[in-house]
Amino acid sequence: MNYLIDRRLNGRNKSAVNRERFMRRYKEHIRRSVKGMIAERSITDMAKGGDVKVPAKDISEPGFRYGAGGDWESVHPGNKEFVRGDKIPRPEGGGRGGGGSESGTGESVDDFVFTLSREEFLNIFFEDLELPNLMRTAIAEAEDKKLVRAGYVKEGTPANLSVGRTMKTALARRIALGGPLRDELEQAREALEVAARAGQPQARIAALENQIVDLEGRLARLPFLDDVDLRYRHRIAVPRPAARAVMFCLMDVSASMDERKKDLAKRFFTLLYLFLTRKYERVELVFIRHTDEAQEVDEDTFFYDTQSGGTVVYSALELMQQICEARYPNSEWNIYGAQASDGDAFGADPAKSARFLRERVLRLTRYFAYIECPDENQSGNSSLWVEYEEVGSSDRNFAMRKVYQPQEIYPVFRDLFRKEKV
Amino acid sequence: MSPLPHGPEWDFELLERYDEVVSQTAAEFGLDTYPNQIEIINSEQMLDAYASAGLPLGYPHWSYGKAFIRHEQAYRKGYQGLAYEIVINSSPCIAYLMEENSLMMQALVIAHASYGHNSFFKSNYLFKQFTQADAILDYLVFARRYVMECEQRYGVAEVEELLDSSHALMEYGVDRYKRPQPHSAKEREARRNEIEEHQRRQFNDLWRTLPQAAPASTAAAAATVFPEEPEENILYFVEKHSPRLAPWQRELVRIVRKLSQYFYPQTQTKVMNEGWATFWHYTLINRLYEKKLVDDAFMLEFLHIHTNVVSQRGFDQEGYHGLNPYALGFALMHDIRRICEDPTEEDAAWFPELAGTEWRKSLDFAMRNFKDESFIAQYLSPRLIRELHLFVVADHVGKAELEVDSIHDEHGYKRVRRMMADQYKRENLLPDIQVARYERDGDRSLTLRSPVFRGRPLAEEQANEVLRHLGRLWGFPVRLEAVDAEGRIDGYREWRP
Repeated sequence: MNYLIDRRLNGRNKSAVNRERFMRRYKEHIRRSVKGMIAERSITDMAKGGDVKVPAKDISEPGFRYGAGGDWESVHPGNKEFVRGDKIPRPEGGGRGGGGSESGTGESVDDFVFTLSREEFLNIFFEDLELPNLMRTAIAEAEDKKLVRAGYVKEGTPANLSVGRTMKTALARRIALGGPLRDELEQAREALEVAARAGQPQARIAALENQIVDLEGRLARLPFLDDVDLRYRHRIAVPRPAARAVMFCLMDVSASMDERKKDLAKRFFTLLYLFLTRKYERVELVFIRHTDEAQEVDEDTFFYDTQSGGTVVYSALELMQQICEARYPNSEWNIYGAQASDGDAFGADPAKSARFLRERVLRLTRYFAYIECPDENQSGNSSLWVEYEEVGSSDRNFAMRKVYQPQEIYPVFRDLFRKEKV
Repeated sequence: MSPLPHGPEWDFELLERYDEVVSQTAAEFGLDTYPNQIEIINSEQMLDAYASAGLPLGYPHWSYGKAFIRHEQAYRKGYQGLAYEIVINSSPCIAYLMEENSLMMQALVIAHASYGHNSFFKSNYLFKQFTQADAILDYLVFARRYVMECEQRYGVAEVEELLDSSHALMEYGVDRYKRPQPHSAKEREARRNEIEEHQRRQFNDLWRTLPQAAPASTAAAAATVFPEEPEENILYFVEKHSPRLAPWQRELVRIVRKLSQYFYPQTQTKVMNEGWATFWHYTLINRLYEKKLVDDAFMLEFLHIHTNVVSQRGFDQEGYHGLNPYALGFALMHDIRRICEDPTEEDAAWFPELAGTEWRKSLDFAMRNFKDESFIAQYLSPRLIRELHLFVVADHVGKAELEVDSIHDEHGYKRVRRMMADQYKRENLLPDIQVARYERDGDRSLTLRSPVFRGRPLAEEQANEVLRHLGRLWGFPVRLEAVDAEGRIDGYREWRP
């Protein structure tokens, strides 16, 4: 007997678990590759997948094999000119035999290259990162509700029909309604038997027979399924406390921020943006850029628009504080800030900014990170850095780092947002 | 009968009709098969099947993930096409057909896999001895569940380590000769009774009075070598005797060993198996054509594919990867039929037992009783050697140049045939390594022995690596001795925990 089966609808991702095992085993290699990729990439394709290379040596599965050397013979097809006793110079690289026939026995020496999907790439990218000091501040009004099961109800949509429960009810109903009928039927049958044996009058027997037919009919008319049997799974929405967070991205776009510095700053914010949108569904982002005055912009303008002018850091911090007060009351929101600048501020601005940061902004925020991208050959610290350093020494939810090269962005980013050890 | 419809599109009804006529035709030729289960899969499922060596299910392991990624990359980038079919040695015999195949391809593949391979699995002596076709699927289910349970209980890393080590020795987890079945309890009982009865009959009190030799000292008993005979199945020895492994680890080693044993016949009959299946798809489809069940267009498409399958490139042509098992196997099978039906004088001299016999019977005999090595040694005819222009190249250590050892001429036939057969010998690809000693009463070290075969050294780095894996399974020192032709120890390597 032959069977023909269509398996195309079966799951296709049978190897997913093995692929995952593989990835876990070579995590170190993959991490290294991811790190390299970030430095090389332009800002726009930061979030694509990428190729990972694992050296053949690390990935081979060993087995006892013959090495080079010793006596070998090999048979090949397609001889045209050779006769017995002909000498052939050895092929380059000292391969054994005429090549070919044994090639299947050795492992190929090429590096193993494979492609990470965007998802896998970002997973590794943001592994072990999280927003520090995040707290569940308030119960959100809408959205964050969880559906939980809440028993069965008699009304619902067909999609929620619980077949098992419905059949159970139907069975119970049939037993409950049919029981007395069945008893009666049994009595009638017994009576009929007795009557038949005792030779009772025909009328009596006919009456009993009629009664039996009637009872059987009534039993048969009990519906197998009735409207009253239907049961539906019930779900109710339970509100869940949620963490609401807002991240302020403050970027200096003054004239002293040249292309290189802007690139560094934007890379940092791109990472931050990817990280937040990926890891936290409900994080709001506020983009502020400043020259000598600050303005709130949308993300396109923030990342792609060019503008320049002087530098007043204070203006950005002030705007941030105003927005907080207007839109993000501290009692309901986790507030975060990240600031990038070359630290090139003049006059009273650095001191004023640092004071404002310490006294006003840090009170509001859970965490504030400052990234400075100074000139490559700059010696000593910028005026803003010096002032901020003091803030950092006294405040635990403030961190600052310097970044000179694109490849430093990723480590610094990881450093700023690494998961705290519990 | 009117020809069956054909075209690029197939549907299930048509497949059933084709299967039916192929099945009838196969019965005409007396092919003996397991029941068939034909499954249609898509390319992704085919890739999945590739990764698990064609088995429908396996236990999770990273190496399968690696295989999957490798095939997937190659396929996506277009370096590699996918097989038209995969067939599993099980009962019912499962054949996977790709959905992309045209109707003609499906018919070809059904003939090839479901009747060709299937009958080979059922009748070849190696498969009969070593695999139980009706039990393999259940065993796979068991293996998968067991491995996953172990992962839950003892941790994924632990299990992975053990499987890695077992995989390194997988090729040495095979019995090449059938072990006698252990006696059942009943037989043992009967045997003991027999012995007792014998002793009772032979009883004579006089024997007691004979002086006895001094009992052998226990120290001498301990000094005897264990195992008494070298053991070629290293994984078996590890499973039974490793001083370190916990019961669940032994079971894992056993699972790897069983799978290796299951694949062993396939590694030994690649040429025959493919040759047999190719011969039968060719013969069956041609028979359909004779019966006018398929039309000319079908045949042209068929011949196009068939020719590709059995093409053999010369050694100096681009894309030459050694002998194509399909081409060689098909040529051999076809040649046997030719010798039976239409022998030349030369054939009659070389194959008196074949010439003029009924080809069906002779071919069936050949299929049942040989493996690649013996099959080639038996049936490679001078004519085929000439047709393939076979020649032998000798690569001997100490000689500056390669030498053409023999070619397809009167002097060379026998030698070409011998060399060709040797090429498919297991020893030619895998070094012979066996368990020689286990110091049960000493330091519990395990010694493997490898006779040096024609001066061929082991691949150094890999051997050390495998030894490390063996050491992990064994838990005590392991040694690998190389022994020269006179039995002297030539050199050894050692791993200590």
